[in-house]
Amino acid sequence: MRYAMAVDTKKCVGCSDCVVACQTENNVPHGFCREWVVETMNGTYPQLEIEIRSERCNHCINSPCVRCCPTGASHFAEGGIVLVEHNKCIGCGACMASCPYDARYPHPDGYVDKCTFCIHRIKIGLAPACAAVCPTKCIYFGDLDDPNSDVSVVLKKRKSKTLIPEAGTKPQLYFLI
Amino acid sequence: MEEELLVSGRLNHLIDPQLNIWHWQIPLYLFLGGMAAGILCIAALYFIRGRENDYRTAVRITPFLAPFLLVIGLITLFIDLRHKLFFWQLYTNIRLQSPMSWGAWTLMVITPVSFIWCALHIKDIFPNWDWKFKWIYDIEFFFNKYKKVLAWIMLIYGIILGIYTGILLSAFNARPLWNTSILGPLFLSSGLSAGAAATLILSKNKSERRQFARIDLVLLGIELFFVIHMFMGFLASTQVQIEAAKLFLGGPYTMSFWIFVVILGMLIPALLEFMELGKFHIPAIVPAVLVIFGSLMLRFIIVYAGQVSRWLY
Repeated sequence: MRYAMAVDTKKCVGCSDCVVACQTENNVPHGFCREWVVETMNGTYPQLEIEIRSERCNHCINSPCVRCCPTGASHFAEGGIVLVEHNKCIGCGACMASCPYDARYPHPDGYVDKCTFCIHRIKIGLAPACAAVCPTKCIYFGDLDDPNSDVSVVLKKRKSKTLIPEAGTKPQLYFLI
Repeated sequence: MEEELLVSGRLNHLIDPQLNIWHWQIPLYLFLGGMAAGILCIAALYFIRGRENDYRTAVRITPFLAPFLLVIGLITLFIDLRHKLFFWQLYTNIRLQSPMSWGAWTLMVITPVSFIWCALHIKDIFPNWDWKFKWIYDIEFFFNKYKKVLAWIMLIYGIILGIYTGILLSAFNARPLWNTSILGPLFLSSGLSAGAAATLILSKNKSERRQFARIDLVLLGIELFFVIHMFMGFLASTQVQIEAAKLFLGGPYTMSFWIFVVILGMLIPALLEFMELGKFHIPAIVPAVLVIFGSLMLRFIIVYAGQVSRWLY
């Protein structure tokens, strides 16, 4: 099993509903976010190209955060989901320094926190909060090992990219372009 | 005009707009650990080579600094942790891929070894020292018997400690400035030179002082070579590492790096020590303090600048 997510940059309107859904679902402390929306604009006026991306932890296959964690608090759960075990985390900051996407943040309670792909929802057959709530249905989630899952189907059909693949982390958050 | 605009909705405290999770505690610890490693390596090396009587201060006196440096370093590391009550998790796990785990276990070995080494030489500081209990004398006798083994452990773990302070940072590919393997040898040589400078300050023996001025001179030359090598590597590398080098070549850290680390911390003490070895009389404390100061500033600047350097996407 290999969980992955694909975000359709052509359909995303940047409403940030996913951000709020994530914060509500996961009790993210005020002022922090586990996922966020990035807008980029390229080109020369009037030929401008806009890309909107809903970003979060990339749940990398070659995760620097799991590698450098001195206590094993950062670990792979089922399907390659990268999780932090709160009572093993000492808050040293190594994982935050190691993440090229800066996807982790220090929780005010001391441990390090990040996107979990809403593993508690996946386990009971629900989609992650961000994907479930998206009004344009631009977030696809599923198991890459299952050829019929939403994410496998859409990745086969559409062109996609990952963020800074040259960092060598093998990210599992895809962007449809 | 071709333009690129990026707007991010993220503003996490200590992460945005740029990483700012490691403050004074980490560079201070890297310095203290590196200097302690330098002191212990030099002491162990001269003891193993049987030069204890020629370099008495380096083998018997300067190591008394090491336990203090290590304990203060451990305290600063503890202060840095955000989930402090769980610090013991470091010692219930061995993670071979994590430099920080290596460091924690190395400290676990070298800190008690440094205490034992000092205890064996306590009479050099307090001539009337009495251990009071017979069993402590028995332990002392035991370690005196195996002092050479102890020295080897101290040497090997000293090198690991000195080099790990650099590897800790170089393991992070997310921060291009840190992601260079030269950082390990650079921090090791910088720690050794700070350790040699400590003996230069404490020694009252003229020939020992000359020897350590010579050692410091060689180490400063090596350090300078590593610094040049580091920049050559960056400038010949990918765009992100070129950007990282630019932090020091015109960027915000240019002045502090070249003035405090290279000029005040390496070139001037090297020149003073060179003059000292000639016929000029230079108070040994001046170049020694500059070397220690440069070693401290190197850690501070690399740790802070590294958090600024990043991948752009």
